[in-house]
Amino acid sequence: MSENFEELLSNPLVVINLGLIKFSESLEKQSVEVLQVDWSPPADGDQEMIDLLDALL
Amino acid sequence: MASGFIVKRNQYYDSVFLMGVNSRLSSIDGVRKTAVLMASEKNKELLQGFDIACPELDAAQPNDLVVAVMAETDQIVEDVLANVDHAFIAPEGKERRNSVPTLEDALAQQPQANIVSISIPGEYAAREAHKALDAGLHAFIFSSNVSLEDELALKQKAVENNLLVMGPDCGTSLIGGTGLGFTNVVRQGSIGAIGASGTGLQEFTSQIHHAGSGISHAIGIGTNDVSDKIGGLTAFTTLIALEANQATEVIAFVSKPVGPKMLEKFENKFKACKKPIVCCFLGAKELPPGHTNLVYTRTIDDAVIAALKYTDQNTLPVSVLSLTLEEKDRIEQEKGKWDKKQKYLRGIFAGGTFCYQSQQILKDEGIAVYSDSPLAPEYKLADPENSFSHSIVDMGSEYFTVGKPHPMIDGFLRKQRIKTESLDPQVAVIFLDFILGYNASPDPVGELIDAIEQAKRNAHARNAHLTFVASVCGTELDPQDMDLQIQLLEDQGVIVFTSNAKAARFCANLVSKERDQ
Repeated sequence: MSENFEELLSNPLVVINLGLIKFSESLEKQSVEVLQVDWSPPADGDQEMIDLLDALL
Repeated sequence: MASGFIVKRNQYYDSVFLMGVNSRLSSIDGVRKTAVLMASEKNKELLQGFDIACPELDAAQPNDLVVAVMAETDQIVEDVLANVDHAFIAPEGKERRNSVPTLEDALAQQPQANIVSISIPGEYAAREAHKALDAGLHAFIFSSNVSLEDELALKQKAVENNLLVMGPDCGTSLIGGTGLGFTNVVRQGSIGAIGASGTGLQEFTSQIHHAGSGISHAIGIGTNDVSDKIGGLTAFTTLIALEANQATEVIAFVSKPVGPKMLEKFENKFKACKKPIVCCFLGAKELPPGHTNLVYTRTIDDAVIAALKYTDQNTLPVSVLSLTLEEKDRIEQEKGKWDKKQKYLRGIFAGGTFCYQSQQILKDEGIAVYSDSPLAPEYKLADPENSFSHSIVDMGSEYFTVGKPHPMIDGFLRKQRIKTESLDPQVAVIFLDFILGYNASPDPVGELIDAIEQAKRNAHARNAHLTFVASVCGTELDPQDMDLQIQLLEDQGVIVFTSNAKAARFCANLVSKERDQ
């Protein structure tokens, strides 16, 4: 069970950052490989449409 | 008073960026207040008071940007809205060389990724976190306002798949020296930490660094992980991970006290752990007895001392909670400058854990403290805006931060409060916390130093003297220059500690009971 965690704790982090750009910038300052997702609410934030999309995918 | 607004369709920006824009617009001459936000239903409620209700605003969607301005004249409103794009050009601008629009795109482009950091509005966070877990990635969820049901489902999925979900509402994690969220730069070493509180972990890791030792990993679990409903799923997963981790020799756990059901669970897990455990239940009324490899403490400083005893750094001096002779002299000097009316302490805090721990230390010294986040309901401030008797407010709480930047990022809210407290003739001591590190304000002391100077002048004008006490959480390796931050405070006569517990103990001695009578 713990191999998965040891892999996380003993290897460099490679981060996907979803949201605050500030967080990406601080990771870059630490020389961490980071890919920024310029996220925005799906389906214009329409919850019914989001639920429908999730059901379809 | 004039007001107006614009809606920009399909222009999404993150909340911290928008708060920066808001701050730039609100500093324009003649502008009374501004709101720059995405048009979610919750955010639209914050526009009440701008006198701009209309169908266009009602129709705006969460992907639409709203800028609202209230100013002294129609001309100022018109000018601000006409030139609003300038405020969006900032050093931390949205344009980036390496970014993608969706998590799916990111997973395809970066197959080596091992963790997803999520800091989007809470109502969408669980959906994206499920995608991360389904792709086999660990998750760090900074977002708050995620339901307990969603949190439980995420954490159950993580346990089934041997993955770690830090959060929701997780402010801090330090994995092998890399900081996620709000973290301090500390020496690497053999002490592992698990924390339900972000600032609690920051204080613990910084104190360990000051003591000459270091941190292997410090894992945030989120505020609600220790609740009965969530059952410590991430805490126990992390415990297993750190128990197996070769770099970790001793494991510290920092949390507010837990209920009896969870306490029993923790005790059983701790006793079964092969590595020594130091468990800090902040301000717990009673602590379990512990045993050779399990120590319980009530303050972060005591947890640091206990953890160091299990390392080869155990002879180094660390913050001692008893006051030195010099500090006792300083207390007498300060008290000697107060006038007869002055007797109350007012804490104006950015860190929730510091607010909690300080109240507990003052309570132990027999000093009752009122707060918006009190230790007991009878000490809850009727109005968080108005202090009463001895008070400590957590200005990072939701009451103060809805639609406004957290005081760890921007000092505006605390500046106003310092001014208010300085005008109360019964106030003797203003107690502040400053938190350094990644993602915190680049100059937290600089933001407040004018307010501190003005507050002292306000007191001086009525022949009184305000004593300022501050705790600084951080290290000399942090992006802010810690020595300079402390120097700035000391130049203004502020009494500075690098331990919140010690600063609170100092404050308790300043406003001790004989002064109240």
